[in-house]
Amino acid sequence: MGEQKTYRFQFTLLAFALLVCFVVNISLGSISIPLKSIFGSFFGSVESSSNWNVIIMDYRLPKAITAIMVGSGLGISGLLMQTLFRNPLAGPFVLGISSGASLGVALVILGSGLFGGLFATALITKWSIVIAASLGSFLVLLAVLAVSNKVRDTMAILIIGLMFGSITAAIVSVLSYFSSAEQLQQYIFWGFGSLSNLSWSELLIFFCIYAIGLILSVASIKGLNSLLLGDNYAKSLGLNLKQTRFIIIVATSLIAGTITAFAGPIAFIGLAIPHLTRQIFKTTNHKILLPAVFLFGGIVMLICDTIAQVPNSDYTLPINAITALVGAPVVIWLLVRQRKMMF
Amino acid sequence: MKENKQHTILKAHQLSIGYKTKKAETVIASQINFELQKGQLIGLVGANGIGKSTLLRTLIKVQPELSGSIRLNNKDLKTTTTLELAKQLSIVLTEPLSSKNLSVFELVALGRHPYTNWIGNLTENDTTIIKKAMTLVNILELKDKKCYELSDGQLQKVMIARALAQDTDVIVLDEPTSHLDMYHKAYILKLLQKLTKETGKTILFSSHEIDLAIQLCDTMIVMQKDNVVCNQPCHLITEGVFESLFPKDLIVFDDKTGSFRVTK
Repeated sequence: MGEQKTYRFQFTLLAFALLVCFVVNISLGSISIPLKSIFGSFFGSVESSSNWNVIIMDYRLPKAITAIMVGSGLGISGLLMQTLFRNPLAGPFVLGISSGASLGVALVILGSGLFGGLFATALITKWSIVIAASLGSFLVLLAVLAVSNKVRDTMAILIIGLMFGSITAAIVSVLSYFSSAEQLQQYIFWGFGSLSNLSWSELLIFFCIYAIGLILSVASIKGLNSLLLGDNYAKSLGLNLKQTRFIIIVATSLIAGTITAFAGPIAFIGLAIPHLTRQIFKTTNHKILLPAVFLFGGIVMLICDTIAQVPNSDYTLPINAITALVGAPVVIWLLVRQRKMMF
Repeated sequence: MKENKQHTILKAHQLSIGYKTKKAETVIASQINFELQKGQLIGLVGANGIGKSTLLRTLIKVQPELSGSIRLNNKDLKTTTTLELAKQLSIVLTEPLSSKNLSVFELVALGRHPYTNWIGNLTENDTTIIKKAMTLVNILELKDKKCYELSDGQLQKVMIARALAQDTDVIVLDEPTSHLDMYHKAYILKLLQKLTKETGKTILFSSHEIDLAIQLCDTMIVMQKDNVVCNQPCHLITEGVFESLFPKDLIVFDDKTGSFRVTK
């Protein structure tokens, strides 16, 4: 340990596990598709019009890719936030990013009654929800950035993020008091989270923003490592503190913001994945942790989605419930085991 | 000729320190003048609240000076960039580490950051310097331990090793001996003295261990209410600087032994 350990064995194992989970996730669903046909679809040796091919290419493959992006993205934003805010309980949502997204969506779905009948139905399309969620999280991000330039203390920013959450919750409950049952149902369904229903073109937009966030995260690896010592030490090591903090916050909000926009507010993955990863990779070096969290997040999200599908049945459970059922016990287990959460 | 022309590393000229807000300026100490030479161990002493930490924070550019100038390696601190400063001055602070989950090796290796590439890869040269730093402070056998497993004294040594690995001309330590028992206080200060001799670095530390500082330091900076003096400890004793350091109702300075004792 200690010296430049590369963790090659663990990485190979995780990469292999990700691949297996990916294929298993695609093969299981309301109808079971044999492995041979899956690979056939991938490599174009099966007739493109066959039912299986359509299910795989238009439904299951985009969903599996979404799962990987959602899991890895949330995990990485959780890792960034925990280091930046020096708080093991930080996740992508402590900044109020998901609250902002929820508020945007609530205004569109629940508030549409205020705009009147015809207009309202035209307003609630998929894209309007995506745009409202992105706009909401982006506005909260801007507010947080403005505050973080004024307030030096990262703890204060954390608390401000939590306050944004409370304000959002309050506005949502006021709105829901005045809205119809159908509107409420629609909002609640968005809150369940969903990895499916993404077309290839939507997936492309999702991927582009996600990729920018990922590149920014990789660029901050060195800064993240020096932040482990604390702000003053990091500065004494030649780090441009303001710039690094800005890049980390932008990366997180890009990743977490788009994920919330496309897949809904997905709980616990951002908090639990970095801690799980630290159990296996006993290092604090983000050069190792970042790719490890990426792989781990993808794997866990694929597994959660496979469970949510309830193989060979027509039921689809809300993904948000599954991630919480998996995530919360993990956090409790870690606390009991170590008696202390560390980052 | 050579005797007089020692190499000045850190120089404060008519320095005034304190806090500035939009409304007012709170001056904590002013008219500070000193020159610190290469390879010296310098102790900074003074009563609680006199501004030792403020002075150190100003010297390491965590907070700006109110007026006057600080020159590090003959360059004004104001015009020195963060990265340039990182290669010339390293610090050991009293504030706790953000993450105690770091292993000792990882922590010491962070000292190489000003020199590593964009992602922080360590070259063979870096590893050699890290190992050397750990050997100098005798912590090589701790290298795989996590920081939360260490005692206060061990952690302080690790932090010193990190500063050494940063390979700077000056190391500034803020109260490196607080929280330590009597033996470890002496151990750490003795270690700092050894490091100045063996590496030629200039080490400046603030401390309340005036007795130990008198015995070990080459130069001492004594902060008092209205003036700051900097000289060799023996001169400071003959000038009677330490007598006036504290109110005389409880402790008095004995200039024969160079230590304080409680009045009977």
